[in-house]
Amino acid sequence: MDTKETIQVSSENVFNVKDLSVSYGDFVAIKNVNMDITKNKITAFIGPSGCGKSTLIRTFNRMNDLILGAKVNGTITYQGVDLYDKMVDPVQVRRRIGMVFQKPNPFPKTIKENITFGLKVNNMTDNIDDRVEKALTQAALWDEVKDNLDKNALELSGGQQQRLCIARTIAVEPDTILMDEPCSALDPVATKRIEDLMQELVKDFSILIVTHNMQQASRSSDYCAFFTTKTSDDGKRRTGELVEFNETSIMFTTPEQELTEQYISGRFG
Amino acid sequence: MLLESTEKNMSNETLLTGKKAENGIKESLFLFTLYICVTIAILTLMTLIYDVLSTGTTRLTSDYEVGLITKIQIDNPVDFLTTLDSRYPDRAGIGPAFAGTVWLMIIVVSVTFPFGTGAAIYLQEFAPKNRLTRFIELNLTNLAGVPSVIYGLLGLAVFVRLAGFGRSVLSGGLTLTLLILPVVIVASREALKAVPDTIRQGALALGATKFQAVFRQVVPSAIPGMVTGMVLGLSRAIGETAPLIFMGALTYVNYFPDTPLSGFTAIPIQVYNWIGYPQAEWKETASAGIILLLGLLLIMNSLAIFIRNRYEKDL
Repeated sequence: MDTKETIQVSSENVFNVKDLSVSYGDFVAIKNVNMDITKNKITAFIGPSGCGKSTLIRTFNRMNDLILGAKVNGTITYQGVDLYDKMVDPVQVRRRIGMVFQKPNPFPKTIKENITFGLKVNNMTDNIDDRVEKALTQAALWDEVKDNLDKNALELSGGQQQRLCIARTIAVEPDTILMDEPCSALDPVATKRIEDLMQELVKDFSILIVTHNMQQASRSSDYCAFFTTKTSDDGKRRTGELVEFNETSIMFTTPEQELTEQYISGRFG
Repeated sequence: MLLESTEKNMSNETLLTGKKAENGIKESLFLFTLYICVTIAILTLMTLIYDVLSTGTTRLTSDYEVGLITKIQIDNPVDFLTTLDSRYPDRAGIGPAFAGTVWLMIIVVSVTFPFGTGAAIYLQEFAPKNRLTRFIELNLTNLAGVPSVIYGLLGLAVFVRLAGFGRSVLSGGLTLTLLILPVVIVASREALKAVPDTIRQGALALGATKFQAVFRQVVPSAIPGMVTGMVLGLSRAIGETAPLIFMGALTYVNYFPDTPLSGFTAIPIQVYNWIGYPQAEWKETASAGIILLLGLLLIMNSLAIFIRNRYEKDL
């Protein structure tokens, strides 16, 4: 296991979000989001269904660009650069900010090819075998697949597939990993393995994770953002809003907002 | 708290009747009708095949008895495939027509595959979803249903006359290409649509450009479906007679086509021609031609199924 210890004591921000809102056509999915994401920490987005957490996380790597009619208002800065500036290339953004999806989605190719695809499209083909081994090791999958790199990725178990997706994401050396409910399709054992993996990965990467699982957020994350939905006046549309953003330890013991306290104690959600 | 009627229905008496789950009269009748339909369809096909086989195999096997005068005769498949046409039914071979069909198939595949799959990839992955695209899609579906004779007229006007290719195998091949292009495009689009969107998203999330995502992940996954569509389109094309007649395929050809611009004939046309002759023996020759055509179709359809199965197993 790669034991490069990078303990960042500085509270440098990797993202700054100001007055962010996302709409699809005239439907506002989430609004009034203001937060600063700390580098090399795990930040969790929690809240009930439909409050725009997935929509929000997808703005961090411009995946919302792929949806017709999606519009982002407000600013989101990544290491000082406005992500939605006209001069910014979304392809470069996605290389630096990786994403792991809810349902494991390995390519229908061999395990090795899943990793080499990202390396090839980013011109990182020097020492390709070493890079593959490093990525799989960091994702805690190397020992299980090192003799079977030519096996089809779809033959792996759900947990292994998700770790493969994590491996291919970190192979292209991003500095941030976005995770959209990465464990919701996995059993508890596989979930635990991924949570342990996250604690190792955060030494090298900043991690943002959307999760439905409150316990997961309270035990795994350093910072927490709690969202909820507000119904519009005509009762037809629900828009997501940020309620509270704080260090996890504070939020789960002495939350500032009443709504947060209700959610955490399970009174709704 | 069950209702009395429910209690009665759920008593052990109604469970332990000793009968197996049975069909009512209506269901049995319906099943019987379905069996009749299947039988009719299969019997018709079997009759056709039997008729063709019994008539045509004489031309392809050496049981044929030679007449007193003629010493040359066709009595095996190799001779049949390599001999030219003749005035005499027992000397007539399908050579030029077979060669013509092969030439046509080569031209059709070389042109249809790149254009058909290319159009499908553009329409499915890159084209903006606006009115123009929808208009094109609507027209494609319509074109797939246009009678093949119309394509013959189109081929005559565009390839034979306008482009100046004359009544050549190139014109014939291009005419058939137009005929099956809508079908191939639709089949390729379906193959592309079947690739889950999560694959595209996964590729893009790694920093791939749209081009890289489409050509390195989506298209390779869709290739089996595209090839199957191509093979099925081809098997339709080799049976087409009317468009080729209209654009001027010849009916008595006593040479093998040597360049794309040479005159030609094709198996269906040759068979059509032979059937028209009054002598009874031509029936056997024509049937032999039909057996050849059916054989080719069988091979191509088996190839399509084989490709599909092999790639479905990989997943």
